[in-house]
Amino acid sequence: MKHFTLAFILTFAALIMAGCATATPTALPPTVAPQPTVAPQPTQAPASACALRLATTTSTADSGLLDAILPDFEKKFNCQVDVVAVGTGQALEIGSKGDADVVLVHARKSEDKFVADGHARERFDVMYNDFIVVGPKDDPAQILGMTSSADAFKQIATKQASFASRGDKSGTNSKELSIWASAGITPTKEMAWYNALGQGMGETLLTSNEKGMYTLTDRGTYLAMRDKLPNLVIILGGNSLDENKDKALLNPYGVMAVNPDKHPGVQYEMAMNFVNWLVSPDIQKMIGTFGVDKFGQPLFYPNAKP
Amino acid sequence: MEEILAGLAHALRLIFSGDPALYEIIWLTLQVTGVALGLAILLGVPCGAALGLYRVRTRGLITVLLYTGMGLPPVVVGLFVYLILSRSGPLGTLSWLFTPYAMIVAQVIIAFPLTAGLTMTAVQGVDPALRLQARALGATGAQEVWTILTEARIGVVAAIVAAFGGIISEVGAVMLVGGNIEGKTRVLTTAIVLNTRTGDFDLAIALGLILLAIAFIINGGMLFLQRNALE
Repeated sequence: MKHFTLAFILTFAALIMAGCATATPTALPPTVAPQPTVAPQPTQAPASACALRLATTTSTADSGLLDAILPDFEKKFNCQVDVVAVGTGQALEIGSKGDADVVLVHARKSEDKFVADGHARERFDVMYNDFIVVGPKDDPAQILGMTSSADAFKQIATKQASFASRGDKSGTNSKELSIWASAGITPTKEMAWYNALGQGMGETLLTSNEKGMYTLTDRGTYLAMRDKLPNLVIILGGNSLDENKDKALLNPYGVMAVNPDKHPGVQYEMAMNFVNWLVSPDIQKMIGTFGVDKFGQPLFYPNAKP
Repeated sequence: MEEILAGLAHALRLIFSGDPALYEIIWLTLQVTGVALGLAILLGVPCGAALGLYRVRTRGLITVLLYTGMGLPPVVVGLFVYLILSRSGPLGTLSWLFTPYAMIVAQVIIAFPLTAGLTMTAVQGVDPALRLQARALGATGAQEVWTILTEARIGVVAAIVAAFGGIISEVGAVMLVGGNIEGKTRVLTTAIVLNTRTGDFDLAIALGLILLAIAFIINGGMLFLQRNALE
């Protein structure tokens, strides 16, 4: 009886103290520890209160690109970058509510709309890679050897071969829908072979691998996950970007600082530092060499205007 | 099968390798869930006790609301908290979105109906004669409530255990309002989602096992307290 009361009070006290410890009014939660990816810094800067929030697509984060380049920014500007990796649709949504300082995405039309709606002042080219069509080895729709994604999609629809769509308003999803449009097909849920998963690229590839479906993917994510996808091969797009004959499959990434006129809470100055840093020659070079040692080809090709 | 075994091996290696990133994730998980559970207890247990003990005219309605709250999909809570805390939302000036605070808010909302509702049920199950006895012995209001709560402690602990289980395993809401930011808002469940997404199943399994182990230890601890209390 007494034990219980005592234990109960102690638990309470512990929880409340934990609450107070976390609820101290300092801007940062107490869990900011040195990132394991950063080379050990002898004099860790006194926990900089600066944190820039970057809303970006899963492809830049999951491919490891951001882990490779961000430490340089964090060191140069003494400002941590908080990466929120979601689909392009959601990343732009986060930006358009003023909940991120800068967005790095890949859906040109939506990006232009983002600027037109006043959420950003300007969009900057950063890099590009390409989309490819992957599918089961036995290629049931017989599209191996084709060079146009629209023709391939037409063939998939004619043969009613299973196709996995991201179905999540991501950049890849909007590219896929534009290919269907140029093939003159409007996929609907009545088409039994068309599967809108509503998932990220990784899950969609894994699902396609399990169920023997075709899907559209960015080359980077596919390369990064290839050893986990034994049942899939590249059906259209060749083994590198140079072999990809369909220019409609190019996948440009743009960066935008969220407009402070529209969203007064954002850190515009630091966001512009980030934009300028990302398009600077040094970082562009870093982007162009990322992944070469591991995949024998870059995952992203820099194309910022000098 | 191979994958599961590899996951097990990986889990053990991870736990004993002292990877700071992993400890950071575990520590944040414990902090967020601990604070949220603490707040849910502080708010929920007194509310539940009051509802169970005193005649409230709208008790029927409140009970239905609480029971509905127990079945509230976490992702809906997440969406609601997201919109409230967004810079374009009513509490945007707090700048809590994509911080642990937002995750705590969401978890408190998920846990509160469980602590309040189950405490209410437990308190209602206490023999009314005990209350009269306490009052006859000259107990103050607070002493009376405490006596009843102590009598109903098994149910109250069950309420806390249910709330704990509900929030430590929750992913939809914390993913949405926390953003799974490395080193800041990445907890065990969101890390599991991330590693599943990228196909790193063994790491996902490892993190899942760690989550299970934590739940086991904490629930075991609570059961121990409960048993001790009975003796």
